[in-house]
Amino acid sequence: MDIAVIFQRLTESFVINIELFGMTLLFGLPLGLVIAFGSMSKWQPFEWLPGKLKRPDGKRWKKIISILVGAIAKWRPISWLTKIIVWIVRGTPLMLQVVIIFYVPSIIAVSKGLPSPWGSGRLLATGIAFIINYACYFSEIYRGGIESIHGGQNEAGQVLGMTRSQIFFKVTLLQVVKRIVPPMGNEIITLIKDTSLARIIANKEIIMMAQEYSAKGLIWPLFSTALFFLVFVGILTLALNWSERRLSYFR
Amino acid sequence: MKVLEVKGIQKNFGSLRVLKGIDFDLERGEALAIIGSSGSGKTTLLRCLNFLESPDQGTISVNGKTIFDASERLSLKSDEIRHNRLYFGLVFQNFNLFPQYTTLQNVTLAPQLLAKEREDYKGNRAAIFKELELNARDILAQMGLTDKLDFYPHQLSGGQQQRVAIARALALSPDILCFDEPTSALDPELTGEVLKVISSLAEKRTTMIIVTHEMQFAREVSDRVIFMDDGVIVEQGAPEQVFGNPREERTRQFLARYSG
Ligand SMILES: Nc1ncnc2c1ncn2[C@@H]1O[C@H](COP(=O)(O)OP(=O)(O)OP(=O)(O)O)[C@@H](O)[C@H]1O
Ligand SMILES: [Mg+2]
Repeated sequence: MDIAVIFQRLTESFVINIELFGMTLLFGLPLGLVIAFGSMSKWQPFEWLPGKLKRPDGKRWKKIISILVGAIAKWRPISWLTKIIVWIVRGTPLMLQVVIIFYVPSIIAVSKGLPSPWGSGRLLATGIAFIINYACYFSEIYRGGIESIHGGQNEAGQVLGMTRSQIFFKVTLLQVVKRIVPPMGNEIITLIKDTSLARIIANKEIIMMAQEYSAKGLIWPLFSTALFFLVFVGILTLALNWSERRLSYFR
Repeated sequence: MKVLEVKGIQKNFGSLRVLKGIDFDLERGEALAIIGSSGSGKTTLLRCLNFLESPDQGTISVNGKTIFDASERLSLKSDEIRHNRLYFGLVFQNFNLFPQYTTLQNVTLAPQLLAKEREDYKGNRAAIFKELELNARDILAQMGLTDKLDFYPHQLSGGQQQRVAIARALALSPDILCFDEPTSALDPELTGEVLKVISSLAEKRTTMIIVTHEMQFAREVSDRVIFMDDGVIVEQGAPEQVFGNPREERTRQFLARYSG
C-alpha cells in the first residue's frame, strides 16, 4: 500500500487525538480551578453547634458526644465532598471512566426503549470523561500552587484595602501560574498520550487506525505513530519552555 | 482630638490569652514606639488595629469615630472592614512586596484599584492614574528610590525592599502608619537606611506606631513609648522616662537585657 496514503490516514486520525486534547484543556483547566476552590472551601455550616448544645443542667456531656459534636462543628461539607470526588476519579482507571460514561447512560436509555444519548457522539462521551478526570488532577496542582503562596501576600493586599477577588486576580494568580507551569506541563504531556485510550469505545484515533493495518499484517504504521506523538510533545515542550521564560522576570 | 483611641482590647487564640485588655491613644503627629519581649503580643495588637485579627473585646476609634466594637463585630460587612483598614497602614517585618510588580507598580497598584470606586473614575481614568503615579514617584523619591522605579523586588536589597513597602503604605495616606519590627529581617548594615527613612517621617510628624527591638532608635524617634509584657501595657511614658528612669520592675528587667 502507498506510504503517502497511510500517512494521510494516520494524520487524519491524529486529529481526533488533538481534538480530545484541546477539549480536555479548554474545559478541564477552568473546571480544575473550580474543584480546587471546592477542596479549599472552609465553609463550616455547623460551627455554632457546640455553643448551642449546652446541657440544661450545666453538666458536661459524655465524652463520646462532645467528640462527635466537635467533629460535626469542624465538618467542611464542600471540601469533604470535593475531596471524595477527587479520590474516586483519581483512584480509578481513566479507561474505565470512559467506558462508564459511554455505556451507563446508553444502557439506561435502551432499557427504557430510548436511543442512546450519545448517538454518534463517541468523542463527546470520551471528552467528558477526560475533562472530569484531568480536572481532578489539575485541581490538585492548582491547590498546591495556591497554598504555596505566602500568606503575607494575601495580608499585604488586605491591608492595602483590596477586595478578595482583587487580591486573587491582581496578586496571587500570576504567582500561582508561575509555580504550576512545570507540573501542569507534565500533566499536559501525559494527556496527549492518554488520548489514545479513546479507542476503548471505538473512536478512530491514531493507534486504532494503525492497528487496522497491523491486523492486515502491516506492522510499521503502528510503530510510526510514535513520530506523531514525539513531534506534538516537542512542540508542547517548546511552548512550555517559552511560558516559563516569559514568567522568569520575577521570583 | 485623638486620632486613635484603643479601649480594652482583648484577644485570645483558643485558650491562650494574648492581649489582656489594652488601652492607649494617639495624638495626630505623634510617634509611638512599642517595645516588649518576644510573645508579649505586639504583633497581635498591630494585626488587630489592621483588622487582620478580630479582637474578642474592646473598641477602636479613629478621629472620634468608633470603627470597631467587639460587641457588634458580626454586623460589620466585609466592605466596611476593608474601608476601615484604610485608616491604618502596615509595614510588615518581611516586606511582603508583590514580586511580579516593579517598585512603581507595587506602590500604585492599590491606589489604582481604589480609584475605581471613585465617582469621577469613568472618563477621568487617565488623569487619575497620572496623578497617582506622580504621587507614587514623589513618595519613592522621599524614600531615595528614584533610580529603582523599574526594578522588581528580587532585584532590590532588603533595605530597599522595605523602603518600597513603606512607600506602598504611604501612598494610601493612612491616618496611622504601623510598623512591625521593620528592620528585624535585615542585615545589620541595612537597618540604618530604613531607620533613617522612618526618622524622616517622624520629623514630618507622620502619625506612627512602631513595634521595634531597636531600643536606641525607639528612644530617639518616638514621642512616647509603651512597654508591653504578657499581653498588658506595663508602662508608658516619654522615652526619657521609660528608658532613663523606668517606674516598673518588669521594664527595668527587660531593658537590662538589652543594655547588657
Ligand atoms: N494565629 C495565632 N494562633 C495562635 N497563637 C498565636 C497566633 N498568633 C500569635 N499567637 C501567639 O500569641 C502570642 C503573642 O504573639 P505576638 O506575635 O503578638 O508576639 P510579639 O510580641 O509580636 O513577639 P515578637 O517580638 O517575637 O514578634 C505568642 O505566644 C504567639 O505564639
Ligand atoms: Mg512580633
